[in-house]
Amino acid sequence: MLLKDVESRIRFIQGNEACAEAALAAGVRFFAGYPITPSSEIAEILSKRLPRVGGKFMQMEDEIASMGAILGASLAGTKVMTATSGPGFSLKQELIGFASLCEIPCVIVNVQRGGPSTGLPTAPAQGDVMQSRWGTHGDHPIIVLCPSSVREMYDLTIQAFNLSESLRNPVILLADEVVGHIYEKIELPRPEELRLLERPKPQKDFKGKYLPFAVSHPTQIPRIANFGEGFHFNVTGLIHDVDGFPTDNPEKTELLITRLHEKIESRVREICLVESQNLLDASIVLCSYGATARSAVYAKNEARRVGKKVGLLRLKTLWPFADFIFDELNPNVKTVIVCEMNRGQILREVQRTSRGRFKVTGVNTSRGTLITPEEILKKIESIS
Amino acid sequence: MKALAELKKYLRLDKFPHIWCAGCGNGIILQSFLRAVLDLGIEQDKLIVASGIGCSARAVGYLNYDTLHTAHGRAIPFATGIKMAKPELTVAVLVGDGDVSAIGASHFIHAARRNIDITVVVFNNQNYGMTGGQNSPTTCVKDYTVTTSYGSIDRPFDLCELARAAGAGYAARSTTYHALGLPKLIADGITHHGFSLIEVITGCPTYYGRLNKMEDGEKMLRWQRDHAVNLKQYQTLSGEEKETKFAIGLLHTAQKPEYSDEYLKLIQKARA
Repeated sequence: MLLKDVESRIRFIQGNEACAEAALAAGVRFFAGYPITPSSEIAEILSKRLPRVGGKFMQMEDEIASMGAILGASLAGTKVMTATSGPGFSLKQELIGFASLCEIPCVIVNVQRGGPSTGLPTAPAQGDVMQSRWGTHGDHPIIVLCPSSVREMYDLTIQAFNLSESLRNPVILLADEVVGHIYEKIELPRPEELRLLERPKPQKDFKGKYLPFAVSHPTQIPRIANFGEGFHFNVTGLIHDVDGFPTDNPEKTELLITRLHEKIESRVREICLVESQNLLDASIVLCSYGATARSAVYAKNEARRVGKKVGLLRLKTLWPFADFIFDELNPNVKTVIVCEMNRGQILREVQRTSRGRFKVTGVNTSRGTLITPEEILKKIESIS
Repeated sequence: MKALAELKKYLRLDKFPHIWCAGCGNGIILQSFLRAVLDLGIEQDKLIVASGIGCSARAVGYLNYDTLHTAHGRAIPFATGIKMAKPELTVAVLVGDGDVSAIGASHFIHAARRNIDITVVVFNNQNYGMTGGQNSPTTCVKDYTVTTSYGSIDRPFDLCELARAAGAGYAARSTTYHALGLPKLIADGITHHGFSLIEVITGCPTYYGRLNKMEDGEKMLRWQRDHAVNLKQYQTLSGEEKETKFAIGLLHTAQKPEYSDEYLKLIQKARA
């Protein structure tokens, strides 16, 4: 019996499939998307699976409409997701800002491919790290998670829904072509093992004047109602007061934008997931994320095999940036090598946090293939 | 007809006075929309009204329902998501001509193609009022706007024809001059099970009027009176006469499968 249960949960699947499975397990009930390589499998799987659980899938006329439709469905109280890649991610930016400002839970998957423009549709890249942080206009809070394996595509999809719902903020799952398409054996968790979080809502018997965006302390998550439940409230993409109506009052504007940022920044230690290996004695630390981290782990193990004191930091949360991890590195660390398939988007963040305490260098490529362990080992060789 | 006092209960009176200029027709459309909703007896908890960006988009802020002021052009996708999440709700969209037929044109025709049960009321003032009176896809040829100083050379869209061709089940047109008949036309659109468009020609004396020799609201209403012709009468006009007039009334209706209904059938099929 026990064996049968385990067998039924052992699967040999690709990352995109793990993402779709996790979304279903997390309770997604509306997905709107537009076909784009290398993320299309997520839409294809959900188009089959969502109706079977009473959920809905819509292929929209474009990426912008997909984003609009999920926000509408989320406002009506449904857990929602969309998936895309570089060019589509660019198109979604405006409404990602709408979701940030109006605190609408939603999960946006970007399976990164080579860019800019149409770029390399079937090749991996990590060039959207900064876009995932700053793609939409204006100061806005965002959470970006970055998986390195099929299992992690599953776990971080669950985490993306949990953070998005509980904090009422858009969460971006920033995968890459390798993680999206690689096949690995994973054991899916039992439904009862999953800890699922829901969005804060007003009390059902709420009486008096309803203020959807009001909070009782600065880092509280507002209890915004779902549409269609009798609260008769307004949501606007304009800067709004606690009652949900437009304001251009400077103090109220500052208060809102500050609160939105504090919501995330005050919870950095909960949101930032980092895997560290062999940091205690390390003088060189490899810092990596996504598919590239797989090569970094291999290179670190190889280097240690020949006696080099190399450690590893694997970032699973890219934004907010885990400054505290670098602040807490042991004082013997001389160099951090950031390995990423872009021209140094996280490298500059690590430089910022180093404040001269250690040197920061990188293994950076933008050619559409995974960084190899050999390239990283060569870099370690060159500085030790 | 319901007394004004009755209507006031469903308005957010603390948000008044409204932002619209003297002589603007938007208030007439807002009142007609609310009358349609009340005449149909739609419960206050069961109506969601979404809008885009522009003067017309501010209408939702005055309605005491669940209301949503989205991004420019995107009201229909948001409304689509709401309708799919809760098909039991009545979903309406109040938008301007620029919003729905320029930046959001693709969403408009695709929602019509799906025939999803959303009622779209277009406040067509033939220009972008909020941004200072630039030309829109419904500006008439030769008319002046702040971006067509030599007269527009862009051919305008016929929104009702566009909706019909795209697959909408209901398309009607009226004007703010024909205010008394407007609530019924909107109510029929809401009742129609499928995508419905009610295009309302409204005046923007501040920009469009001022540049086209109709500098006050009254002149704009007179223009509407003199150029709108009911459909039957319109059909008797010569080709030349049709160029200078436009048809009003119910212009198109057809029963077709409605999208959110079809999706529920799809769910049953997937679960079988």
